[in-house]
Amino acid sequence: MPVFSRKKEPDRNKNEKRSVDRGILVFENTSEVIQAENILKKSGWSVNVMGPPPEIQRGCDLVIEFPLIEELNILRELRNAGIPPLTVVPVTAPLLKPVDLFHTKDFGAYLMVRAANMKITVAKEDLKIVNISGGGCPDVPYLAWQMVGKTLEEAPRPRDLGHTLCGYALELAYEELRQKCLP
Amino acid sequence: MLAVIGAVPDQLFPLTHGPVRLTGGHLVINGLKLPVNRGTPALLAAAVKASEWINGPEIYAFLVGDIGKGEGSRQLYRFLTEHLSGFDFQVLTFHYLQPDADWHNKVLFAVETMARRPVLIADAGFMYAAKMSGQSPCYDFFTPDVGELAFLADEIAPHPFYTRGFILHQNNNVPDLIKRAYQHRNAAKYLLVKGEVDYIANENGIIETVDNPSFDSMEAIGGTGDTLTGLLAVLCGAGFKPVEAAVLAARVNRWSGCYANLSPATQVAELIGKIPPALSKILDGYHKDKTGFL
Repeated sequence: MPVFSRKKEPDRNKNEKRSVDRGILVFENTSEVIQAENILKKSGWSVNVMGPPPEIQRGCDLVIEFPLIEELNILRELRNAGIPPLTVVPVTAPLLKPVDLFHTKDFGAYLMVRAANMKITVAKEDLKIVNISGGGCPDVPYLAWQMVGKTLEEAPRPRDLGHTLCGYALELAYEELRQKCLP
Repeated sequence: MLAVIGAVPDQLFPLTHGPVRLTGGHLVINGLKLPVNRGTPALLAAAVKASEWINGPEIYAFLVGDIGKGEGSRQLYRFLTEHLSGFDFQVLTFHYLQPDADWHNKVLFAVETMARRPVLIADAGFMYAAKMSGQSPCYDFFTPDVGELAFLADEIAPHPFYTRGFILHQNNNVPDLIKRAYQHRNAAKYLLVKGEVDYIANENGIIETVDNPSFDSMEAIGGTGDTLTGLLAVLCGAGFKPVEAAVLAARVNRWSGCYANLSPATQVAELIGKIPPALSKILDGYHKDKTGFL
């Protein structure tokens, strides 16, 4: 199926129920998960980033849940993009779900959003990122170094530079802040 | 001597270890210069500043460059497992490292081979690994913020990213989260919980709280938790008992913020510069009124 036809129907699996018809894609590291998620979502696939079940001994701390029926198409797309998964496994038990709760704190001239253990704060006046705090994985200080002092539009996205779950949590907080601040 | 173990956000920074100095706003270790921003450099800068001010012990560091890929962290883990037994430290503080339960266990085993068992403090990624490995009670202190406390309280979450919603919803109920963390043996002997109110607790419950002076802005400033952990390490090394050290560290950190005139845009280096007057204020008060303390 050509890619352009798939893009015309991005939500075709949106309401699909999760059950035995879902599988997970296991990758070597979080960076590959983030790249694969970006590619698959841009192409309209209904995928979710989740936590791996305990029996999965290979790969990193994130997996991509996908509709098993589309396995061949999705694998082809990932192979073409140069990021094939380590393995594909059917979902047999509930997966750990990433945090989806956001806390927002209004400091008057500044606005802070927290997702899980990561916080990002902008100045309301110019939407400049003034601080990033929280987290414990080693990409957090690096992401802060790359992002603080830049506006929400100028700053690199955590999903492009991050490698860990903390980096992914920062991406969620960053996206929430963009939704709140950018038209 | 006190030691700090962690990563710095520069992929090219080599694995190195040695005494750390603070010169002209930069950390210097074995001739290598490091900017002080957040993360382990902020912890180290706070520790060096505080220890110099109280004529405390030298600060030693084991550092490696890692921007999240984990290669640097694994290199450092391997080095520690092979060499830690040859060192002697009063306090050992583990900080920003790629969480890895297997490597954590190997490092903890290496700690047990040291001639003297140091006071063990774990924060950031290494605290996550300690919890994941089920070895939390082996540590003297964990220093989580409230979000990380919720992770400790969730017995099945392997990382704060997977803390379950019904636990995250209890964010304002720190005492219950502390209780739950101890119930599931996912807390160190002492917890110093950083937040709007700082809590010092052990398995019997909350021992002390510190909430003055109070600044909303502190939560937004990257590195203020790291400076608190650095102060705790120095005060433990200076001979204060665990609860005393935690209370004093929390007070000094807050007063450093007060003197730095914080806003959410303040950078942590400004706060570190105010540690000496804050230490003077708090320790003078402590020595004058030792009987009334705690």
